Amino acid sequence: MRSVINISIMNERNGQKIVEIIKNWSRKHSIFVMAYGTGCGAIEIPATMTSRYDAERLGIRGAATPRQADVLLITGYLSTKTLKRVIRVYEQMQDPKYVIGFGSCTINGGMYWDSYNTIKMLDKYMPVDVYINGCMPRPESVIEGFTELQRIIARGEGNGAAKYKENLEWYRANQKKVLKNWPLEEYNW
Amino acid sequence: MNILTEILGAIATIILAFTVGMFYGGTVRRVIARLQNRVGPPIYQNFIDLLKLQSKSTSIHHGAMQHMGPVFAITASITSLMFVPILNGEGWFWFENLNFSGDLIFLLYMMVFGSLGMALGAGQTGNPNSAIGVSRGLSQMVGYEIPFVMALVALMAQFHTTSITGIMDIQSESGTWMMFANPFAFITAVFAMLGMFHYAPFDIVIAPAEIASGPISEFGGKYLGVMMTSGSIFAFVKLVLYVDLFMGGASNLVMLVIKTFSLYMIPVLWGAVSPRYRTEQAITYFWKWPLVFGFIAIVWAIY
Repeated sequence: MRSVINISIMNERNGQKIVEIIKNWSRKHSIFVMAYGTGCGAIEIPATMTSRYDAERLGIRGAATPRQADVLLITGYLSTKTLKRVIRVYEQMQDPKYVIGFGSCTINGGMYWDSYNTIKMLDKYMPVDVYINGCMPRPESVIEGFTELQRIIARGEGNGAAKYKENLEWYRANQKKVLKNWPLEEYNW
Repeated sequence: MNILTEILGAIATIILAFTVGMFYGGTVRRVIARLQNRVGPPIYQNFIDLLKLQSKSTSIHHGAMQHMGPVFAITASITSLMFVPILNGEGWFWFENLNFSGDLIFLLYMMVFGSLGMALGAGQTGNPNSAIGVSRGLSQMVGYEIPFVMALVALMAQFHTTSITGIMDIQSESGTWMMFANPFAFITAVFAMLGMFHYAPFDIVIAPAEIASGPISEFGGKYLGVMMTSGSIFAFVKLVLYVDLFMGGASNLVMLVIKTFSLYMIPVLWGAVSPRYRTEQAITYFWKWPLVFGFIAIVWAIY
């Protein structure tokens, strides 16, 4: 009996140390969102935040600048011109940071699948933790996406920033493929 | 009373101010949420936010002053706390305060120090939003400091004392709160308090949708956590100072919480139903009716 309990606790902890569990608990319940309104999806964010769906009761609140934010919310299609700014915003955010791709456009291009100046797969340019499908996803789906992110954080798997640092060359190569003649900053983290 | 109990008392005072201030922050978020027909976060949400901010990495470097700005802010908050008596009588946790005759004037200077330190820190980050926020903050400070000083000068002139404990003693001896002994000074001070707490309509400094949170726009992670701690302590300091000066102080912690909380609800509820002023509107607001009330308070005090 006792070993069963131990195993279940071990499974829940997923090999994390106690300090990490406490930290991840606080990260999970306090999510500052940098809502980068790139596309039409931004219209669903006020509905999620205001009185009907009230995301603040889950600890989700808006952040004004990338320095203060935990989550970069890409709402909708990304044109190559906006991608420059999004990459810069993502690199200005402090670890640990998470990315939520919002709407079909970030997954496969959505209705802009054959457009000449939007990117099709966000995952090629920065590590995405959660995708929220739909065009538009309703506020229920948005909150479900955030709770999925909370589960990922609690399991200790929200390590997109480390992934980005490890595979920086691959991401940079992909970014430079679409952003021609545009200087991207070099880092030595 | 030896030095050790004094230091222990000071630490207990800081912990009390921090805890009460953080819970007030959470309560305010919940009150505003209820006013907007939302559920709102739990009242301990600010503690979770602080824990998360402290567990974030902070790898931003703009220069030495940027790292010292939040330190200045929290130093000013704690120093101000040391000069404000928490309870009247023998004080909280054997710690009265570092009072001397003239501490009210000292406190007037000390309460500005944190904002000036933050202004220096924000200035070095080089963010244009920070520069706009700093200039707005200092302009607004010029606005509300004048009615605040007039209210305090009225009290000092009326009772011939420049010490906070002196004013508290006068109130406990006469049995009349200062808000009834000189009502116009209280009205002027409440006007000043609206600006001091930076809630709407006077939230022009940290206007998130307008100048991206102003002076703190380049500060994230641990720095933001330090500033949050400092802000919570400072809010408590200001409320306790007002209670000490105008409401006769508090004899125990329950009365202290009741009095400070009811006082705190004035700027919060006024802010919850107000939009944001422009900078010049905010300053002229403080220079119209509050100045009139301030003059009446001083005339009342002298005659």
